Amino acid sequence: MNPAKPKLLIIDDEPDFLETIVKRLLKRQIDATGVDSGKEALRVLQEQSFDVVILDVRMPGMDGIETLKEIKKRSPLTEVIMLTGHGSIKSGIKGMELGAFDYVIKPADFEELFEKVNQAAERKMLHEERVRKA
Amino acid sequence: MEEIGGYKKLYRKIVITTLCFAMIPLLVVGFGMHMGFSGVYKARVVEDLRSMAENRRNAIDLFLEERLSQLTTLVYTQSFDQLKDEEHLNRVFTLLQMRSKSYMDVGIIDRDGNHVAYIGPYRLKGINYSNEEWFHETMLRGFCISDVFTGFRNIPHFIIAIMKREGDQSWILRVTIDTDIFEGMVKAAQTGQKGDAFLVNRLNVLQTTPRFGGQLLSKVDYPVFEKFSGTVVEERDLGGEKALVGLAWLKNKEWLLVVKEGSLESMAPLLQTRYFAIELVAGGVLVMVIGSLLIARAMVRQLVKTDREKALLDAGLMQSSKMAALGKLAAGIAHEVNNPLAIIKEKVGWMHDLLSEEDIAKSENFVEFDDAIQKIDYHVDRAKKVTHRLLGFARRMEPIREQVDLNRLISETLAFLENEAHYRSIEIKTEFYDDLPTTVSDSSQLQQVFLNILNNAIDAVNKSGEITIKTGFTAGERELYASISDNGPGIPKELMGKIFDPFFSTKEYGMGTGLGLAISYSIIEKLGGRINVFSDAGKGATFTICLPLINDKTI
Repeated sequence: MNPAKPKLLIIDDEPDFLETIVKRLLKRQIDATGVDSGKEALRVLQEQSFDVVILDVRMPGMDGIETLKEIKKRSPLTEVIMLTGHGSIKSGIKGMELGAFDYVIKPADFEELFEKVNQAAERKMLHEERVRKA
Repeated sequence: MEEIGGYKKLYRKIVITTLCFAMIPLLVVGFGMHMGFSGVYKARVVEDLRSMAENRRNAIDLFLEERLSQLTTLVYTQSFDQLKDEEHLNRVFTLLQMRSKSYMDVGIIDRDGNHVAYIGPYRLKGINYSNEEWFHETMLRGFCISDVFTGFRNIPHFIIAIMKREGDQSWILRVTIDTDIFEGMVKAAQTGQKGDAFLVNRLNVLQTTPRFGGQLLSKVDYPVFEKFSGTVVEERDLGGEKALVGLAWLKNKEWLLVVKEGSLESMAPLLQTRYFAIELVAGGVLVMVIGSLLIARAMVRQLVKTDREKALLDAGLMQSSKMAALGKLAAGIAHEVNNPLAIIKEKVGWMHDLLSEEDIAKSENFVEFDDAIQKIDYHVDRAKKVTHRLLGFARRMEPIREQVDLNRLISETLAFLENEAHYRSIEIKTEFYDDLPTTVSDSSQLQQVFLNILNNAIDAVNKSGEITIKTGFTAGERELYASISDNGPGIPKELMGKIFDPFFSTKEYGMGTGLGLAISYSIIEKLGGRINVFSDAGKGATFTICLPLINDKTI
């Protein structure tokens, strides 16, 4: 993987948000794909692999924590950044326990989010190296 | 004691109930014991009287029997001729008197009633008794004990006469009994100051002199008693006075022995105990009344205290659940608002991205676009701060132990109130202790307390004033303190003790619940600290919150 160009998956049920953030990422030449549900995300994950996932915690149907669990099960090295509108510490801690990289409260500063994405990508690369060496 | 007003009914009920339950047994026992005792006592008195009457009656009977027997022996051992001789008679009389001093004189009477021989103090020799009743009875019956009469000597006396048949002759030996000695026997039955004893015959004529009221040989104002055997004790209204009398008929003569006791006198000890018992009962009743009043008051006081504690607890619970509900509401709202905000931010960001590459930098509207985009972003951030603060407040509902930086907590709390203070021209000054150590406590609860007190301070000042917040640390007592002072009107002395009471408020009806300080007080207490208030009326008030300094590095 190219740390400068991580492959991103955005999972958010709010279409306007999803659309805009994907557009902005693409503008910065980031390979970003958007899906609007956890179910859809898992389907896509079966076909492709991603470096970093940005995941909305509160979603109808399969919620963020559930989705996180599944992602970590199928592809443990993929880093997940959680996005939440109400920043409940509980779900934040739970997410971290389940292996999320970090969480950000909406409305998020794009630059801040972008910075976290890069950090997550770096970590993934480090982990991959270690695995390969083992 | 004002609160007791509401419990007046209960108070009365308790007093009346305890009094009834306590007094009834006391009175019953007291009364019962008295009745029992007086019954026993009365029986005793009656028994004593009966014994006395019976003993006396027996003694008198014995006396008469002895006389009769002596005289009979004499009569059957002497002859008429022997006794006719006065010298002999004298010798015989002396002999008699050796046996009993009650013989006053002796006389021999022939069958015609002539007093043929006489030894004694009176001039009776030669008198004829043939018309006397006793003479007839003696001749008929063989002996006679007479009633008391004055006779030929004009002095009250009674005689005992025995008849002897000697061949075709009969003669009578007659003696007079010394009434003084005889009365002495009867009077031995008198007891105490008011006791009396006397003999009456079948017609209620006194045979002895009673102690009170009555002359020898006069009639007594008594009902006529039928002859009965044994001794009878009765309570009778005799001579205008209620008395206990023992009555016994003699066996040897138809005389009734009357032993009278002053009822009042014999009952005196009983009355004494009755008064004593009444005094005791009265004392007991007094003690009981006082006791039940005190008990009732203590019970009601305890009830009042418990009620207040419960009210405070309820208020606290209510407040907690309100806050919890509010927290959830706040979280929900924040989330619903954050999502649209996020979208706006992204859209505006996108616009910014596009603008930077579009060659419309030359367009005169570019500056406007750019400016508008920046402003939108800025205000989105501003809205974000509000929702985040709201979320921060909502987050801290569960009681926790955590490291608390008092200075920071107070600053965060002030952030909520900045606008309000500014709007009212109230200046808030802070004098924080540098490097105030952190302690272990519950920051959300502390924040609640500071919010409450600061709000009160703002309300007190109302417009144009000053609020000063100081923090500090007392090494000696291992405590942190934070004091909030305002220069409002202060708290009057008479209200100082009430401000922490639940539901106490000086605000108008509908403004405020009166719970703020009560809950703050209980929160701080539970956290191991205390709240003090100081106020100089007219110069403002200072609330000081002290918290224990807990150094637990594991949290």
